[in-house]
Amino acid sequence: MTGVRVLVGTRKGAFVLSSDGTRRNWQVSGPHFAGWEIYHLKGSPADPDRLYASQSSSWSGQVVQRSDDGGASWRPVGNKFSYVGTPGTHQWYDGTPHPWEFARVWHFEPSLDDPDMVYAGVEDAGLFRSVDGGETWTELPGLRGHDTGTSWQPGAGGMCLHTIILDPVHRGRMFAAISAAGTFRSDDAGETWRPVNRGLHSEGIPDSDAEVGHCVHRIAMHPARPSVLYMQKHWDVMRSDDAGESWYEISGNLPTDFGFPIDVHAHEPETVYVVPITSDSLHYPPDGQLRVYRSRTGGGEWEPLTRGLPQQHCYVNVYRDAMAVDSLDECGVYFGTTGGQVYASADAGDSWAPIVRDLPAVLSVEVQTRS
Amino acid sequence: MIRVILPAHLRRLASIDGEVKLEVTGAVTQRAVLDALETAYPALRGTIRDHDTGQRRAFIRFFACEEDLSHEDLDAPLPEAVAAGTEPYLIVGAMAGG
Repeated sequence: MTGVRVLVGTRKGAFVLSSDGTRRNWQVSGPHFAGWEIYHLKGSPADPDRLYASQSSSWSGQVVQRSDDGGASWRPVGNKFSYVGTPGTHQWYDGTPHPWEFARVWHFEPSLDDPDMVYAGVEDAGLFRSVDGGETWTELPGLRGHDTGTSWQPGAGGMCLHTIILDPVHRGRMFAAISAAGTFRSDDAGETWRPVNRGLHSEGIPDSDAEVGHCVHRIAMHPARPSVLYMQKHWDVMRSDDAGESWYEISGNLPTDFGFPIDVHAHEPETVYVVPITSDSLHYPPDGQLRVYRSRTGGGEWEPLTRGLPQQHCYVNVYRDAMAVDSLDECGVYFGTTGGQVYASADAGDSWAPIVRDLPAVLSVEVQTRS
Repeated sequence: MIRVILPAHLRRLASIDGEVKLEVTGAVTQRAVLDALETAYPALRGTIRDHDTGQRRAFIRFFACEEDLSHEDLDAPLPEAVAAGTEPYLIVGAMAGG
């Protein structure tokens, strides 16, 4: 029987939401790790019962949890994230050098074909890899050690490596995105990296089209067409048709091109979703109306999706890792809000309904599909 | 036998029910107790002290016998009452918002 499992990370624990393929009736499990911040949890594509969760708190730092039974039970694994060598410095908010300090794991990206291999994007921005199911972690220092590393600066949310994308066609190619450094690409499985930000334009930095320094909020790829990338930047929705070598703007008729998440329809590589947010100082939807915008043309032309979403008095935000799609025949789209709602659409965004309404603020949403 | 009391979130993390009782060989210092605690419960590594530096995490405090030992030398002897097990060594999550 087909079905989906939605993995939700919140400010006060993790929740697992399950349904059959109709996506009408949901079972809610949680809170797991109650009271802790769960920045992200994600399942292995090679073994859907293998899940990794990033659990952290200001008091007790980082914990990594692993499940081998689809979230029914969990156990803590390795939580030692040590930068290779002398960590050195990056720029602080005031431009002074600041030592690299590990704060938390923002994002796990399990390998496409090995359940025991998983990448972790961390704050302060760095990339780690485990090849033993999360028991031990080793930095891939080529990213942080890039010539530009000493000039990277944190965004308002910290200097986080929040997006990791593994190219399923060009094996060894991967992308990472850092706020506020930009997008980086490796073609050798993460050993060496180079910035791929040509075409980005950011008014908040001294050199608006600099090689690095852009506050990239999220990038997304359709696995069947990995040369095309979509990006939600601090401001601007962008697209690359050449694996990040160059970018052009596709904001088109969006009411605002500020936002955090961006995702691609599971079966239509030209169908893209964003959630426009008023501005960098007003982190809520324009006019109090929560609207997902969908483009069926790969950007440029966008339509608001409103059915089932609150169209008045709505002042929530949707964080960068809090949108995901399933891969059932009729693509499902999911997102979570800072107000604790998780909305689902079983018809590619045409209509929406809340799965849950009153969770703690949602930090991340991932979906696993059972075909 | 040294008695250690942990905050609830760390007890849940390490699947600990109630007080922890530890055997410490040699001098009973904060470092020796913390080392023994982390050896007995590896899930606690990194949650009380930083993995690399061994520094107490900023929002964690160490109390015993109504004294705050958080800033004391980790290699100084703990009070006799803690070493004898009549008083517990408390690892406390500092009061803060959230």
